[in-house]
Amino acid sequence: MNPSDRDATGLLTRPDEFVQLVTSTGERRADADFDPWVSDVDTAALGRLYRDMAIVRRLDTEATALQRQGELGLWPPLAGQEAAQIGSARAMRDDDFAFTSYREHGVAWCRGVGPAELLTVWRGSAASGWNPFEHGIAVPQIIIGAQALHATGYAMGAAWEGSDAATVAYFGDGATSEGDVNEAFVFAASFDAPVVFFCQNNHWAISEPVGLQSKQHLARRADGFGMPGIRVDGNDVLAVLAATRIALDRARHGKGPTLIEAVTYRMGPHTTADDPKRYRTDDELADWRARDPLTRVLALLATTGFDTEALERDVAEEAAQAAAELRAAVTTIPDPEPMSVFDHVYAEPNSHLARQRDHYARYLAMFEDADDTERGAR
Amino acid sequence: MTTLTLGKAINEGLRRALAGEDKVVLLGEDIGTLGGVFRVTDGLKAEFGEHRVVDTPLSEAGIVGTAVGLAYRGFRPVVEIQFDGFVYPGFDQLVAQVAKLHYRSRGNVRMPITIRMPFGGGIGAAEHHSESPEAYFAHTAGLRVVACSNPADAYVMIQQAIASDDPVIFLEPKRRYHVKGEVDETASLADAKPMGVASVVASGSEVTLVTYGALVQTARDAAVAAAEDGVSIEVIDLRSISPVDYATIEASVRRTGRLVITHEAGQQGGVGAELVASITERCFEFLEAAPVRVTGHDIPYPPAKLERHHLPDLDRILDGVDRALGRPNSLSGVEA
Repeated sequence: MNPSDRDATGLLTRPDEFVQLVTSTGERRADADFDPWVSDVDTAALGRLYRDMAIVRRLDTEATALQRQGELGLWPPLAGQEAAQIGSARAMRDDDFAFTSYREHGVAWCRGVGPAELLTVWRGSAASGWNPFEHGIAVPQIIIGAQALHATGYAMGAAWEGSDAATVAYFGDGATSEGDVNEAFVFAASFDAPVVFFCQNNHWAISEPVGLQSKQHLARRADGFGMPGIRVDGNDVLAVLAATRIALDRARHGKGPTLIEAVTYRMGPHTTADDPKRYRTDDELADWRARDPLTRVLALLATTGFDTEALERDVAEEAAQAAAELRAAVTTIPDPEPMSVFDHVYAEPNSHLARQRDHYARYLAMFEDADDTERGAR
Repeated sequence: MTTLTLGKAINEGLRRALAGEDKVVLLGEDIGTLGGVFRVTDGLKAEFGEHRVVDTPLSEAGIVGTAVGLAYRGFRPVVEIQFDGFVYPGFDQLVAQVAKLHYRSRGNVRMPITIRMPFGGGIGAAEHHSESPEAYFAHTAGLRVVACSNPADAYVMIQQAIASDDPVIFLEPKRRYHVKGEVDETASLADAKPMGVASVVASGSEVTLVTYGALVQTARDAAVAAAEDGVSIEVIDLRSISPVDYATIEASVRRTGRLVITHEAGQQGGVGAELVASITERCFEFLEAAPVRVTGHDIPYPPAKLERHHLPDLDRILDGVDRALGRPNSLSGVEA
């Protein structure tokens, strides 16, 4: 990166500061660098951001319940990370592309992913629930950090095509220890790829605290790769929106990648199979509950004379409706046909797999006369 | 017809693919300005520009992983892994991402990525420069694995690999890069033999000898030597390691009744093991002897001064042929 670029937009590198526009109690803090990027966000727009966050929180709760009731095999809750996900994803254009891990249900929501599409993976019905090209969001990634390289390659390609579309790579604090993420930083910086590295530092990689991944703020790593780093309050939807807009604007104008460290907290377990009581304290959780991303928006709106009671009531109603739709959707996800286990392994005909498929079809056909075609019924 | 070396034939194939489709991009270490350490991409950056022939940072995971992103964007990336033994840092991206994304996305995302890799030994190279990692990839669902053995095939197969909508591991026999052969550069790709079909490169009646890559020439030489000894060997160049063209092998084994497989890679869990098992399942009643594998030992690739004691050569192949024929051989009298 050209040092003069950094001087001209001095706001870009703030790896040690904690950029915050709305405090946890709802006070609006002025920031000459970041405020211009959210000057269009009036109370109505802030209300819409609150709506997104409240709905995805409700959907998240509902999905956890669906897992407990046996409708889903697993669910990785996003609770606590609503502002990080909504603030960043609402900064994106339709023609931008998101590459996420498995916890970005809020990003998926913003990209228009529907309820059945969202749950398909977690019901165990397929490895993906949506067509990435319909929504501009890739198949969720479970290998930690692998998607950072995919986002970088996609961004390189978009730039070579002359497009000003940008790519956002979502990953967590744990992923910053992976080679893939660091290699993505190198490639993106070297090729000025229009990609935003959006790291949700939620403090825990399952049971491992962020201090095990890094001895310094993650955003500081950016400098070593020759890109700007921004450390932002990830529970402040307005600050996240501003930071992501800055990074996306930079990407669109050929200035290359930016690393954003959104400091947030995973309120729930890693997944429904995890028990966080084994590795963290109630006090820590209570401390972060006091920094909730939703309540501060209501508090801020209240200071402006906005009718927050009506907003809360309307949004709660809408969220309940969305949750009901999610619950209804889960049973509409079709159980895959047995022979579909062979589908899409290859795009083109494959003689080896065709033979294996044929043999298994013959095997299954042996049970056709039985009352139940399930193998176990023999 | 033009006389080209195998390396130059791949170079010409890449040139034709780059010229024919804007979305074809080459990625790799030293492939641009230098033209690759084996010069396989020589001149292509100058001709097509730095956004089509891309010198990348030194990161195999980075190269393969960004190729995945480029494929998402609609490109057809052709990745060069500089040496066989360097592929492992990119292994996760190959087996967990490239191989699985079409399946995971339920067919929505295609991965038309070609991963070129010089493979095999015999050039007196340093450690990690002479390996044969094909079995790892053949074991991985979602990948195709092919190996060329001569300039004519190399020219066509590299273009077929790039045109394939599936990811292809494209193995180049590095010790044959300088071997010359006739290449028809005017022939239509549509009329060419499909990449998945094996070639009978020498006809014979007593033993079917199957191999791929650099050992195809060694096997042909063995067949000539055996003929002088009155033994008739049919040599099959597998070409495609995954999937295998069993129809061609099976037809041959049904006539000869004997199967010998040779490859540089180690024996355990190798391509030969799969071939023996599959051919035995398919035509056991036609076999007149137990199939024989002549392979590299199950050792790390040895130092250059020892590689001739590792790599199958003409005499070791003929020893395997003798075993298949029940003639005196190195294991005569040794219990299995």
